[in-house]
Amino acid sequence: MTSKQKKMRTRILVTIVLYAAVFAFDRLLLPDWLPAIARLPLYIVPYWLIGWDVLRKAWTNIRHGQVFDECFLMAVATIAAFLIGEYAEATAVMLFYQIGELFQGVAVGKARASVTELMNITPEYANVESVTGHLRTADPASVRVGSVIDVKAGERVPLDGVVITGESFVDTSALTGESVPRRVTVGDEVFSGSINGDGLLRVRTTKAYEESTVAKVLELVESASEKKARLEQFITRFARVYTPVVTVSALLLALFPPIFFHQPLSEWVRRACIFLIVSCPCALVISVPLGFFGGIGAASRIGVLVKGGNYLEALADCDTLVLDKTGTLTMGNFKVTQFIPADGYRTDELIMAAAAAEAFSNHPVAESLRSVYTEPVNTSRLTDMRELPGLGTHGYWNGKELMAGNAKLLAQYGITCEPRTELGTVVHVAYDGNYMGCFVASDTIRDGAAEAMKGIKRAGVKEIVMLSGDLTVLVEGTAALLGIDTAYGELMPADKVAKLEELLDRPHRGKVAYVGDGINDAPSLMRADVGIAMGKLGSDAAIEAADIVLMDDGLYKIAATVDIARKTTRIVRENVVFALAVKFAVLILGALGYATMWLAVFGDVGVTVLAVLNSMRCLTYRKK
Amino acid sequence: MKKKFHCEVDCANCAQKLQDALSKLDGVDEVSVNFMTRKLTLSAADERFDEVFDAVVKKAQQIEPDTVITA
Repeated sequence: MTSKQKKMRTRILVTIVLYAAVFAFDRLLLPDWLPAIARLPLYIVPYWLIGWDVLRKAWTNIRHGQVFDECFLMAVATIAAFLIGEYAEATAVMLFYQIGELFQGVAVGKARASVTELMNITPEYANVESVTGHLRTADPASVRVGSVIDVKAGERVPLDGVVITGESFVDTSALTGESVPRRVTVGDEVFSGSINGDGLLRVRTTKAYEESTVAKVLELVESASEKKARLEQFITRFARVYTPVVTVSALLLALFPPIFFHQPLSEWVRRACIFLIVSCPCALVISVPLGFFGGIGAASRIGVLVKGGNYLEALADCDTLVLDKTGTLTMGNFKVTQFIPADGYRTDELIMAAAAAEAFSNHPVAESLRSVYTEPVNTSRLTDMRELPGLGTHGYWNGKELMAGNAKLLAQYGITCEPRTELGTVVHVAYDGNYMGCFVASDTIRDGAAEAMKGIKRAGVKEIVMLSGDLTVLVEGTAALLGIDTAYGELMPADKVAKLEELLDRPHRGKVAYVGDGINDAPSLMRADVGIAMGKLGSDAAIEAADIVLMDDGLYKIAATVDIARKTTRIVRENVVFALAVKFAVLILGALGYATMWLAVFGDVGVTVLAVLNSMRCLTYRKK
Repeated sequence: MKKKFHCEVDCANCAQKLQDALSKLDGVDEVSVNFMTRKLTLSAADERFDEVFDAVVKKAQQIEPDTVITA
């Protein structure tokens, strides 16, 4: 509680005692024959004690032309109740209003504290080494790129950089949600926001503070609440209309029946007061953004960055999840399993030609070849080497045509190759118009991939689709192994986007989420209803293109995020329905004369407090 | 120029009202008042920024006297 709230608490307690005393005195000791007006001075005291600031605020607001202000409406409602002789009710309404406001303030403060707690990853200082080797403590924002900093045991890494001396285990759980510490040694990258274990690390910084991982993460989570969910936008629009409509109805209700139907004025003023009391849309205006904010906070705790409430909402409605195979479901680190030279060629000739063809490629398959053929390739003998996405590479070696790629590529150049049935990616090599043979590289499936797919299904996603550039037979095999519903193989990068669009255009379906590694599938990430990039601690491009970023490659986090999204959306919807139902019920009962002012107070602050408490459930996520 | 300020408002509805009123001010390109993070983000032309910011603070005080805006 803040000191302001503590003061309010004291005021409320004093008022309650005073009010009880006045109430008892009024009912038990004052004789019945006294005119009602005689009780007025009694109730004015507690009323003023609890309500003076509301009245003052109402007064300043009305002078600025703010008619639909909550304080003003509350002031009008209670003063009107006083005028019709409902002193006890008027005072109580003000009292409960203030109690409700206090509750609401405390609840929001709690929620805010737990979210800030989640985001409490800001490094406070950096130990910068000077040229002479002396250490000085500096604000991370002031440290220049290329400086050498010391990160002592237990300290938070202040800036992204590369370890130059020392080795240690770093805990990245604040960023990735991954609780197993990561071992780092000379040459390894460390990310700001992670916590150093036992060793002393000397780190050369590679990024300025505002470009560093921790600053990016904080910026992202903070600005996430600016991207409003559809439901949130609806509430904002609704709030703008709701209050004026209810206030005007209150006015009509107070005047119309007495003037035209000779009804008693006081009774209809009382009903109008009920309208005024429930006219504030606060329950909705607070609990809906709070819910989404809580959901985003819960996701960030497991190392998932969600860029806005709108993406949580979309993910909750998602019934199709599309995954890229390589790099997402598989590790993307290929291993060459077989070399199959064609008749008349030796294995070492094939390897050398293949290594030359893949010399400039950074495709995972090319990487795998480099671990087999470790000698340097004489690149001066290579000319015009080009990489053809989805096909392979093509160019000239010693002035003669050289290519390595799939059967489609070779067919384009009129070379036929033997069909292969080996499991894995088959790369055919041709040189000087002759088929030299092929090699097979296969990719390892990520740990827990099958389990993760099951989790996604359990979270409520109906269909999982896998896209890949690999052979359809191979892709289907992997899909069956992992429990994936539909698999499409032999897709060029552009085909993947087209396939995704096809899925997006299916009628009567929910939203489509796309999961990729963010390296070469930025168009798909952007095109999908929700783009999820994974394993991207420190990669700016992926963070830029995706809507949701998994900070490490734990596939199970996809299901966890879907769970969080669904829970958040459900809670928020509950609040909207609950608040609107209570408010409309009070309005109807009030208009018909069945509601008391007590009920109206519940309809205002009671509902707000309950909705806020409900929203706070969004903050917690328990792994199933 | 876009800058963030600490901004304390009493309730979410107040923050919304504040944002609506502030975005209508002359010189304000974009303004957002975030109740949850207690942040006011203001975008305005560089050369007029201080002047616009003063106007924002003044208007905020007028609409919600309890508002506290600090750097």
